[in-house]
Formats: sequence, structure tokens, C-alpha cells
Amino acid sequence: MQQPETIAADEFCLHHHVEMSFLYALKNEGLIELEIVEEKLVIPQQQLPQLEKMARLYYDLDINIEGIESITHLLNEIDKMQQHINHLNNRLHLYEGGK
Amino acid sequence: MEFIDYYEILGIPKNATEEEIKKAYRKLARKLHPDLNPNDKDAHKKFQQINEANEVLSDPEKRKKYDQYGKDWQHAEHFEKQKQYNQQNQYQQTGGQSFSEFDGGDFSSFFESMFGSGRKQQTKFRGQDYHAELTLSLEAAMQTHQQVLTVNGKNIRITIPAGVENGQQIKLKGYGAPGVNGGPAGDLYITFNITAHPVFKRLGNDLYMNAVIDLYTAVLGGEITIDTLNGKIKLTVNPETQNGTKIRLKGKGFPVYKKEGEFGNLYVTYSIQLPTNLTVKQKELFTQLKNLK
Repeated sequence: MQQPETIAADEFCLHHHVEMSFLYALKNEGLIELEIVEEKLVIPQQQLPQLEKMARLYYDLDINIEGIESITHLLNEIDKMQQHINHLNNRLHLYEGGK
Repeated sequence: MEFIDYYEILGIPKNATEEEIKKAYRKLARKLHPDLNPNDKDAHKKFQQINEANEVLSDPEKRKKYDQYGKDWQHAEHFEKQKQYNQQNQYQQTGGQSFSEFDGGDFSSFFESMFGSGRKQQTKFRGQDYHAELTLSLEAAMQTHQQVLTVNGKNIRITIPAGVENGQQIKLKGYGAPGVNGGPAGDLYITFNITAHPVFKRLGNDLYMNAVIDLYTAVLGGEITIDTLNGKIKLTVNPETQNGTKIRLKGKGFPVYKKEGEFGNLYVTYSIQLPTNLTVKQKELFTQLKNLK
């Protein structure tokens, strides 16, 4: 079964108990993208995990939108560094002769 | 089961106000929340501890019971029974308080023994993420294939795309621990551990190997056959090839992750093997060669 590519914004808000204004605030900061399909506001499916995480930060931890932006940036940096470490480990592995 | 000092966990005094408890919990939750500490098991564990501490201390009834019995929690049940018994005798009443038997989730044994597991909680928490490591041989990592993993007693069939790297992590959404109070399930993270190969070294999508050629082929040129991960390949060795010469075989390396039909390169380094145990005749000929110089 194929997953839908977008989810209606109002359905997301209903399901996660978040306000529509929260989505607009994230959009205004460039943290998510919202699309309009057939006059309905929708969220691209690939953004859902990130959006759910932001909702948890906002509602569970009382972190404001500016804080979420900084955290998102730092988590992305950590992820990049982790990938870089993996790459360096693999390279080291090569020079150490696979020991 | 050890006594757990919830006040110490939240770093607050015994007489902390509700506002101070809330503030301390929020502060620690911001530091230890699983979303902010991906792949940090220690932070996840501490997050559970502060949740438990908050669950008890932010509920006036639970806090009262916790404060009342404190370190004597082991006798709490006995005290309660004694109290009930006295009440029944006095008022001829029957029944009493008992805790429901719901799934205990992530709370400590201490919590369960003191408060039971039928706790009241509104906050939804996402289930814990699971982390697993999957070891693959280099040969297995170059083929798209399926494997069945058993994670917490559940069989999960996953497709491993060709070209996964050592240390690469993939996420299977919703295959982690179930959420608490209707929260979403966590995710399963699988980290691939690709074992070292005795012949081939891998760097990104490129493969490296050594090929031994004899002195005569190196000097005069010729053909050799090498074994690659995709089968045998015939190579033409140029005359006067030097020891350590590296050649590139385009597209004979490792498959590029999630790009079907694309491959890295294979680099072959020649190691020239000198003849040993020379016959008298061979020595004579080498001497002649030397004198020709």
C-alpha cells in the first residue's frame, strides 16, 4: 500500500492536539513548508517526523519557536558531524588494514 | 529495590513548592529529552527518572504518601492495611483502596511498589527508540537483500539496500517501544557494522585491492586474472610496470547506495614478486643482464 504524499494540516492539528497557529509560526520561520492542494492546506509527508519532534519541543518542553529553530540547527550539525565521524572511522579502518 | 530520592533527582529541597517542582522538571526535561539527545541511552534513562519523580511530586496525593513513608516505603503497604483494618473495625465498613493493574510501562519497581501502576497521567510520551546493530559481510552489503531481525521478540523483515556503509544508520519508524498514554511508538535505529574483508578495502563506493604479479610479467608485460567481488577480471599488464603501480577499473567498485546501476571504482595496486630459489642457469642470465647495463 502506498503512503499518501501529504497530510491535511487540520487533520494533523486534530490528531496531535496542536494549534494551526503553531504550524504557521514554524512556516514563517522557514522551519517547515506548507502546501496548498485543492484549496486545502497540507503538510508534505516527509516533514512529519520533524514536525512531530518540533511539536513535542514546543508543547512538552515549553520551548519557543526561536529555540526550536536553534535546536533544529544544532541537531542537524550533530547529525552531519556524526556522519563525518563515521566517514573518518571508515577511512581510518582502511589505513589500519581492517584491524 | 532501592529507595529513590525523587527530590534529589529533580535537585529540589523537600519543601519545594509546586511551582519549583514544575520549574525543576521543565529545566531537566529540556536537557534530557530524547528528541534533544538522539542515541544517548544514558539521557533516555535519566529522562525516565525525572518523569517518574515529576509524576510523584507534582501529584499532591502521591507526594503526601511518598513524604509520609519515604525510606520506609517497604512498610507502606503494611501501614495501609493496618489503617484499613482499624477503620473497618471502627465503622464496620468493607472494601478499601486498591491500585489498578495496568501495564507498568517505564516506571521503576520502587514506583510500582508504592503507587501501583494504575497511575493517572495526562501527558503523552513517545515510546523509547530502540537501537540495534546489524553485522554484514562486505559481500552481503553489496547486494540488495532482505533479512529478518528479532527485536524485543518481534520479527521484522527489512530490506537492506546494496551499498550500505559501515556505521550507517537507518530508521524504521514506529518499530520502537510503544508510546505511553497513547503517545506514538518510538523508532528502531539499525546501525550497520560491515566486517573487514581480507582482500578488499572499501572507502566510500571505491574498493582497493593488491594483486601480485611476477617479475617477468612486470618487466615484459602480459595478462593476469584477478578475482573481484563480481567475478574474475582479465587485466593487461604493461611492460616495465613498477612495483606499487595503481590502476583504476572504472565501475568495478561498490554499488552506490540507493542508486541502481551506479558503482564506484576498483583500484588495484600491483605488488611485484621477485623469483626465489634461482637455478644456476637463471643466476647466469641475471648476471648477463646486469653486465649489459
